[in-house]
Amino acid sequence: MKLVKVHITLKEGVLDPQGKAVQGSLNTLGYDNVKEVRVGKYLELTVNDDANIEAEIEEMCNKLLANPVIENYKYTVEEGVVQ
Amino acid sequence: MKFAVIVFPGSNCDRDMYYAAKDALGEEADMLWYQEANLEGYDAILIPGGFSYGDYLRSGAIASTSDIVVQLREQADKGVPILGVCNGFQILLESGLLPGAMLRNKNLKFMCHFENLIVENNDTLFTSKYEKDEVVSIPIAHHDGNYYCDEETLARLKENNQIVFTYENNPNGSVADIAGIINEQGNVLGMMPHPERAVEAILNSDDGLKLFQSMLENWRERYVAGA
Repeated sequence: MKLVKVHITLKEGVLDPQGKAVQGSLNTLGYDNVKEVRVGKYLELTVNDDANIEAEIEEMCNKLLANPVIENYKYTVEEGVVQ
Repeated sequence: MKFAVIVFPGSNCDRDMYYAAKDALGEEADMLWYQEANLEGYDAILIPGGFSYGDYLRSGAIASTSDIVVQLREQADKGVPILGVCNGFQILLESGLLPGAMLRNKNLKFMCHFENLIVENNDTLFTSKYEKDEVVSIPIAHHDGNYYCDEETLARLKENNQIVFTYENNPNGSVADIAGIINEQGNVLGMMPHPERAVEAILNSDDGLKLFQSMLENWRERYVAGA
């Protein structure tokens, strides 16, 4: 088994109202060093070993996990826990 | 004229849509469960608002992978009128039948109230009974109605006159005040405001009725001899 870790973030230039609100709160708490917050998603996929896994992940990200109009994705493939 | 209303798990404006077509407009309508629906033989397809699949992942994302979307694409290619409202619009965006995407409202709030819309394009089968630049009162009810597209896409929408409705006072942060857009072919309309909730005076507005009447008039002109 492999463990795929997918990170999805809003593209640069796409407004992130949620990130802005979080940034405002952090600043209110006194963390003035925080200049920008972008909120994204993190997914873990446990998948069967397959030589073609990278191509499949790309496809999954483009078809469903991320919306290419507004989001970028990146992923890593790691050795998963043996079940 | 025969309308199909597609019902997804989590749709909640399906009955309003059915009511608008069946009772307010006075035409035939069927509510079709998405897994069993056969869209052949319908004159128009309505995708209602709601929260299909609980808005998991992104609004409309899960619904856009269901088999019914394959049928929707076929009907869209054949020129059958398709109207997606609210979550229906989000599903059309996620399935690529319309360009762009939805972001969370700029104020991060779910908003539910009447908005004034401007009819930017009345030369469509959905808006022919409106005047150009007519201001109509139609309610919105959404959390993810902040329409986004890149500049290239926006330029194309403008060039092809695909922006059908804009907000008079943009409530959600949408690019170019966009409330509704149509595909290049002119038969797939997506809009966040709910015309089906404004089809008789007792609902505080009947400004949405003309949208359904436009569809009916267009269908009669096309398919009913002597009309």
